[in-house]
Amino acid sequence: MAAGNLLKSFLLTELLGGLGVTLRYMFKPKATINYPFEKGHLSPRFRGEHALRRYPNGEERCIACKLCEAVCPAEAITIEAEPREDGSRRTTRYDIDMTKCIYCGLCEEACPVDAIVEGPNYEFATETREELMYDKNKLLANGDRWESVLARRLEMDAPYR
Amino acid sequence: MEQFFFHTVAGLVVLTVLECLAILVPLLMAVAYLVYGERKVLGAIQLRKGPNTVGPFGLFQTFADAIKMLTKETVIPSGANRALYLLAPFLTFVLAMIAWAVIPTNNGWAIANINVGVLYLFAVSSLGVYGILIAGWASNSKYAFLGGLRSAAQMVSYEVSLGLVIVSILLVVGSLNLNDIILAQRHVWFCLPMLPMFVIFFISALAETNRAPFDLPEGESELVAGFFVEYSSLAFGLFFLGEYMNMILMSAMTSILFLGGWLAPFNIAPFTWVPGPIWLILKILFVLFMFIWVRATFPRYRYDQLMRLGWKVFLPFSLVWMVLTAGFLMATGMLPVGSANGVG
Repeated sequence: MAAGNLLKSFLLTELLGGLGVTLRYMFKPKATINYPFEKGHLSPRFRGEHALRRYPNGEERCIACKLCEAVCPAEAITIEAEPREDGSRRTTRYDIDMTKCIYCGLCEEACPVDAIVEGPNYEFATETREELMYDKNKLLANGDRWESVLARRLEMDAPYR
Repeated sequence: MEQFFFHTVAGLVVLTVLECLAILVPLLMAVAYLVYGERKVLGAIQLRKGPNTVGPFGLFQTFADAIKMLTKETVIPSGANRALYLLAPFLTFVLAMIAWAVIPTNNGWAIANINVGVLYLFAVSSLGVYGILIAGWASNSKYAFLGGLRSAAQMVSYEVSLGLVIVSILLVVGSLNLNDIILAQRHVWFCLPMLPMFVIFFISALAETNRAPFDLPEGESELVAGFFVEYSSLAFGLFFLGEYMNMILMSAMTSILFLGGWLAPFNIAPFTWVPGPIWLILKILFVLFMFIWVRATFPRYRYDQLMRLGWKVFLPFSLVWMVLTAGFLMATGMLPVGSANGVG
């Protein structure tokens, strides 16, 4: 037994075996995707950058119920609300601190009118920290920009809700 | 023209400078593409693509990296010994380059075809430890110091078995001239009759160049970067170049001592058409690929395992093999006397 082990270590059988494995792997197809040009598949439930949606007539969905603010575990959402001139209750301030957000998706779950959603966009890196303090305008702009995709994602996910 | 180049001092100086450039410029390019090749091969083995964006197939990646590195600031730690701190990278770099003076690239083509070529190579590669030790000490940082110490201990340990391997080659050849060593392999490369020595030499070469799995002096997971942790910009670049040049040098040494240097694998027509330097380059590339392949395969040795392997396995084994070689040569009367083989 001992002699066998000695022979094994002197003939480097295991080392050569290891080299064989790596050599085989060298010729296998690559698992890498060419990231900025080629992107991986995203589930419709992917939780990326936030957006505030509007109704098709252009009216913003958010009714300032503040459920998202209450549920947010990271306390990243700040909302202030007042009745508008026509009497409907709307937010005057809707801020999300993207550096606090943990992308748990609870705001989206809590929202009764599907106003706040997390979209498929994960490429929103900025050069300054301040740019990551999103305000209502930024979120509504996101909503306008991604609306078609957002609506489709909600539709695809609806059967499982 | 011939009169000027071969018979006047100025001509010889110009000729030597040209010869040096003819070796060093391709060598520096080779380092650039060795880094690229290493990243590509490592990538392929890990199912990645490696650099593929800068230039066609990422071929200019190394140059982009070099520009980035050279535009950085050279930081000298306040506690460092300035003179030694700046000397160390130059020492490493220069030592890695001067060794190439004796490497023959074809029959008799060497800048200095000296009769103690092997000794010279061995001396230069032993001196290489000073660059690392000085860098480690002069940085005045605990990581660098530990890296330097490890490196010194490791290189000294493996030089012993490396030396014994070379001695057994010299016993067979009977000459210290690298060209003679290659010519002695006309019939069979030494990697076949001396296979165990070949393996020991290769593994010792890995340890000697601080390559994985013996890269403890760098040990990025525990010593950050080892002896050159405090270096940046050009100083770091010189270490980097020196390290990769040493790698190419060790591959060249392996090719010369065991794979027949510039000799064609078979002394028949289609093989002999290819000129000697091409064969040498191909062999060096093969050994370099082995270096990278080994790096991609094996995890780093623990320090005590490294020492055990060097002193308790390689040293006795190469010693026994050397005595066996000598005994065999004596018994069969094949011991070369003087410089029986080749020019000498």
